[in-house]
Amino acid sequence: MVETFDNLMLGFSIALQPQILVYAFAGCIIGTLVGMMPGLGPLAGISILLPATFGLNPIIAIVLLAGVYYGAMYGGSTTSILMRIPGEAASVMTCVDGYEMTKNGRAGPALAIAAIGSFIAGTFGVIGLMLLAPTLAGWALRFGPPEYTALLMMGLFILAYMSGGSMLKTLAMAGFGLALGMIGIDAMSGYTRFSMGIVELGDGVGIVPVAVGLFGISEILITAGQAAGEKVQKPKLRDLIPSREEFRLSAGPIGRGSLLGFLIGIIPGSAHIISSFVSYGIERRLARDPERFGKGAIEGVAGPESANNAAASGAFVPMMALGVPTSPVTAVMIAAIMVHGISPGPLLMSQQPELFWGFVASMYVGNVVLLILNLPMVGLFVNLLRIPYSYLYPGILCFCILGTYSVANSLIDVWIMLIMGGVGYVLRKFRYDLAPVALGLVLAPMLELSLRQSLAMSAGDYGIFLERPIATTMLVLGLVLFLLAIRPLIFKGKDWRSTVGLEEQQN
Amino acid sequence: MTAQTPQTPDKRGLKSDQFSGLLLVVLALYIGWANREYPIGSLQEPGPGYMPLLLAIFLGSMGLLIAFWGGHSAPLRAVRWPEAMRAVVILIACGVAAFALERIGYRLTVIALMIFFLGVMERRRPLPVALVAVGFGFISFYVVADLLHVPLPRSPWGL
Repeated sequence: MVETFDNLMLGFSIALQPQILVYAFAGCIIGTLVGMMPGLGPLAGISILLPATFGLNPIIAIVLLAGVYYGAMYGGSTTSILMRIPGEAASVMTCVDGYEMTKNGRAGPALAIAAIGSFIAGTFGVIGLMLLAPTLAGWALRFGPPEYTALLMMGLFILAYMSGGSMLKTLAMAGFGLALGMIGIDAMSGYTRFSMGIVELGDGVGIVPVAVGLFGISEILITAGQAAGEKVQKPKLRDLIPSREEFRLSAGPIGRGSLLGFLIGIIPGSAHIISSFVSYGIERRLARDPERFGKGAIEGVAGPESANNAAASGAFVPMMALGVPTSPVTAVMIAAIMVHGISPGPLLMSQQPELFWGFVASMYVGNVVLLILNLPMVGLFVNLLRIPYSYLYPGILCFCILGTYSVANSLIDVWIMLIMGGVGYVLRKFRYDLAPVALGLVLAPMLELSLRQSLAMSAGDYGIFLERPIATTMLVLGLVLFLLAIRPLIFKGKDWRSTVGLEEQQN
Repeated sequence: MTAQTPQTPDKRGLKSDQFSGLLLVVLALYIGWANREYPIGSLQEPGPGYMPLLLAIFLGSMGLLIAFWGGHSAPLRAVRWPEAMRAVVILIACGVAAFALERIGYRLTVIALMIFFLGVMERRRPLPVALVAVGFGFISFYVVADLLHVPLPRSPWGL
């Protein structure tokens, strides 16, 4: 504990440097704006900003990008509450009761509770990251190729189990992403695979064009041409203070949302989205008068907003401790760190303590910045929502092209982005979850390498996964979840989604 | 496993999940076919074609299962595409912009793209369109290329 405290002090000595504070502040503002804009979620925002971080030192780069990430989580709630437009997917549930509160003239308290809940959950998530990541990293030092293979397989099974939609579709999308990850030079044999004679594809398909295409472009293709938005309410500072009763009703959902969000954040998939759905379902089930939900219940804002912010912090645990991304956002952030020659993973904390602890401390600072920023300046940010969408989406498209091109100065990346945009549009029409595609793409090289190394170690015997206790445990856990996930398909029963009301809410 | 909620129950015709599942099977078959060029290797020493083959089998199996269990999903014709034409036009415009980017430079490409979207597609008034397009092109170039030092293509005329 003393060592953790010393390390945290080291982190604060870095995070409180004026230069880093400025970048944390800039990241939070950009993130808030990005989160408010439909079609430009945290992933597209981070991807577009990625090339600009290449010239920065790695601590500043990650502080800036992390600021964008959790800033977007905050920002998404503003449009959800005031306009019933989720700036990013995790804010969908906030729309339901948040907008009803706005119609009832309680937009201010809804915004305030969303910001306070996000602050508490974000801080809770950072404490969890600080305590859990070093322990997990120490444990992961014992991992060899079989353990990594089992970990990645378990991650994919958990992803399927926890997906908001169909388990089969989620697995199919993970398989599609893994197949995309096969494009390029095979690290072990030197063969160039599936490149179709395009030299640039030798380096493989990058996460940025795929992510921006799937999440940014496809969103614009779906939403472009929609009718103009409604008039936006602009709450005054004095209207923001919630009543004593609203505080009392929000305390439980914020606490539960923080814990739930953090735990869901650690596992792979669209954790921040799922956590907000699950939190809403749980709060509705726990409420004495669930009929208030959907008509402006403050618990319906407090729970999901806390959960999605805690999940954003939770996602950093496996990223930092294991070097394994659990979401497309953390995958892009790993790419950002690796550009500087630093590999996230078990050795990061011992070899680069100033980076890890500076990052942790900057998240504390970022949460404070966002609380200060979001409440008094909400009126200012709301002005952005007055820009007609017909002016906004061409700008977003230009930023998508710009951001994707600048990562490697490659037009091939822009073409990949456009193709993935079209693919994402079609897949969304057929209700496929897109996050597993991006995740599969990132995990593919790790999974292939560790599987082939494991088989080489055991002279081709798959039994190696059953001889090593950690690998066996992870595989059994993954398999159990997989069997639980397919049980409702075979026996026509209900699964956890219907238990928390997720299917109902998605429809 | 359902796509769009059908207007009326219809038991005839292909369902949306059956269609998308079969598309995945076709994709898996293509991967398997393209993978024939790479050695599979042995279990002791898996080759570059080993993992893609496993993935093709996995993807094909998932596609078949989706199609098999997709009988209760919405009919394929119930999936609505009201914005498809607009989406195609947007993609084509972006494709043309990608083609032009390194030939006429970032600023001219972005200005042309903005004029197309705002003036032609959204039918906004010419003066605001011109101001927004030129302003966006030059200001974004200044911020990204000059302030953040990210190299962006210039036109042969220096723009």
